[in-house]
Amino acid sequence: MTADVKADSVLDCTGLLCPIPVVKTSKAIKEIEVGQVLHMIATDPGAPPDMEAWVRQTGHEMVAQSSADGKYGFWFRRTR
Amino acid sequence: MTAQINDPVLKPVEDAAPGAEAVPERKKLALVASKGGLDEVYPVLIMASTAGALGWDTQVFCTFYGLDIVNKKRRKKMKVSAVGNAASPPPINGIEMRVPAILGVLPGMSRVATWMMKKWMKDSNIPDLEDLYQICIESGVKFHACATTMGVMNVSQDDLVDEASCLGATAFLDFAAGADLALFV
Repeated sequence: MTADVKADSVLDCTGLLCPIPVVKTSKAIKEIEVGQVLHMIATDPGAPPDMEAWVRQTGHEMVAQSSADGKYGFWFRRTR
Repeated sequence: MTAQINDPVLKPVEDAAPGAEAVPERKKLALVASKGGLDEVYPVLIMASTAGALGWDTQVFCTFYGLDIVNKKRRKKMKVSAVGNAASPPPINGIEMRVPAILGVLPGMSRVATWMMKKWMKDSNIPDLEDLYQICIESGVKFHACATTMGVMNVSQDDLVDEASCLGATAFLDFAAGADLALFV
């Protein structure tokens, strides 16, 4: 599960729709150091496939993912 | 000598050394925006801002009515047409609205349709068109004004936002030919 993932920064995208979660995540990942982890929270049902694609396109790493009660959590490690 | 530096064939082989950190290549998106309705420009800016956020080299060629995207005054006045859209009006809260198409031509209907779309966008937390445009600019998206359209519609460089560069179709196709993805809206 996700309990042992430590986040260095948290980004809450609750209630936001495409493209804003991706835009905000792209900005937020640049504000942490390489190797650090960003925890992003979203409610957009498009977020899970979008964030998986975001990882493929940007090369950052998704270290954990959660889904409960319409809330999605993502933990991204900045790789570069 | 200059030509050699720019020649990709002469790149040192070490660039592709095995085991090197795999850095995704910067993709390119060529987007032609030919329409100027609020409902037609939203998809352009959503695609462009998303591609920009992914770090793609994103360039938008604004032609015909799409030129309004880079028009200082006209972008702020974009409307939704109340006629010609068979899907309009969409169901509200699941309730199908039965509005005869002919009512769309009545004075003020376009204003109503525009107001409704702006309200849905606001209620869904989607930025308004101005903010979305600014997000595109901040993400590095480049907008080009079609030179021919400027001539046909008598639009001068002064009417356009400073960041818009005036291009012909040839220059844009030159970029599009090397793009990974080209979209026409």
